[in-house]
Amino acid sequence: MSNARTILASALFGLLLWQGVVWATDLPRFILPGPGLVAQTLWESRALIAEHSLITIAEVLIGLALGAVLGGLSAIGLASSSIARQLVRPLLVFSQAIPVFALAPILTLWFGYGLGSKVAMALIIIYFPVTSSFFDALMRPNKDWVGLARVMGASPARIMWHIRIPAALPGLASGLRLAAVYAPIGAIIGEWVGASKGLGYLMLLANGRAKTDLMFAALIVLAIFTVLLHAGVGKAANRLLERR
Amino acid sequence: MTTAPSLFLHGRAEMSGATLFRDVALDVPGGGWTCLLGPSGIGKSTILKLFADLAEGVDFDGRIGATDGPLAGRVALMAQDDLLLPWLDVLGNVTLGARLRGDTPDPARALDVLDKVGLAGFEARRPSELSGGQRQRAALARTLMEDRPVVLLDEPFSALDARTRARMQELTAETLSGRTVLLVTHDPAEAARLGQKIIVMTETGLRDLPPPAGPVPRPVGDADTLRVQANLLEILRKDERCAPLTS
Repeated sequence: MSNARTILASALFGLLLWQGVVWATDLPRFILPGPGLVAQTLWESRALIAEHSLITIAEVLIGLALGAVLGGLSAIGLASSSIARQLVRPLLVFSQAIPVFALAPILTLWFGYGLGSKVAMALIIIYFPVTSSFFDALMRPNKDWVGLARVMGASPARIMWHIRIPAALPGLASGLRLAAVYAPIGAIIGEWVGASKGLGYLMLLANGRAKTDLMFAALIVLAIFTVLLHAGVGKAANRLLERR
Repeated sequence: MTTAPSLFLHGRAEMSGATLFRDVALDVPGGGWTCLLGPSGIGKSTILKLFADLAEGVDFDGRIGATDGPLAGRVALMAQDDLLLPWLDVLGNVTLGARLRGDTPDPARALDVLDKVGLAGFEARRPSELSGGQRQRAALARTLMEDRPVVLLDEPFSALDARTRARMQELTAETLSGRTVLLVTHDPAEAARLGQKIIVMTETGLRDLPPPAGPVPRPVGDADTLRVQANLLEILRKDERCAPLTS
């Protein structure tokens, strides 16, 4: 409970700080709207914001699910085969040198203006953290556990399934927690480059029309969703770790 | 369980150029307890790992194995660390071997074995809920489930308190009787209690010493056992590497 109280106090402090800056600088509303105005806009445009939010949430959740599955499988594949490691790992590292944002236009070209390109963007942005944190954990098994399993007559595949994967799940969980924060970034970038729906699209639209209050409202909804997603993934991961 | 074979290791071992042990000739008689006693870092554990085929990076030059054929698949291992998997309950840990080989686990037999080691009713507990002694009992149950004729013990009692250690020594000696057991230890008292053959390993090589009279596990207060224990400690203390500590 004290945790919830701390969060509330912190949020209140942030709002006060914001309002303080608004009062101190006396900037026009279209440059920096105060929290009161943004709350009002949030309420008045709730239907519009909700409609766009659902699109973005769908993009993020699908991207996250695909990224978790693909990243998890890739990590297991890499950890199982030294040939795969030699062939694929340099490519993975090289791919990280490419700014993901630069890929957004081409993804829009390939997957269109709809859901597909944003899911792809979210997927690409989280694939590496998920893969690499799970892979690192898979490559650092307790040597004595593996030795015991070998003496018991286990094949490498069974050692992977019964020892290395369950032992590495905390690594996967920390990768997924990171992914929960990164995935919305991917979806928003995708929407900025080309979309007709979604919170990122709404922000661009509002910005272009000097409706800064609407932009802030959309931004806050996105931030709250990201925080909740992070907490939810954390909880789900903990449950997974207990039940493995 | 098939008949318990005799083991042998004749040779030397190196690791990236550094000598682990010089020429040794170790013979482990079948169906009994052999204690390999020595100070830390002398290469005792390397010998166990060589028998278990787990000595990665070790260059062994010589002959090793069982007198009646290949050793692979006939060895069980128990170490100082109980190596219980924290995400499995006790029953899951005890039946791990079957699942690792793709066999169907036999929970009825596992419960029997747990009863034998005094862990009846603990099958659904997680390792984190057990005491150090209970964890080592679970590890013993897992070893018994494997039902291998050769059991390699790498200081399995050294992390336990004195009372628990004495009880575990007795339980292990009872439950593993009839198998070829090679126990690596740095504790003269343990070697004197449990060894039907006692070998001291120091820098100068292996030394075979007459064990105390009587079947194992010998009582802790047995006069002959205490005499052998004192003698073993004396030999370890005279060892070159330990000499500065005694002067």
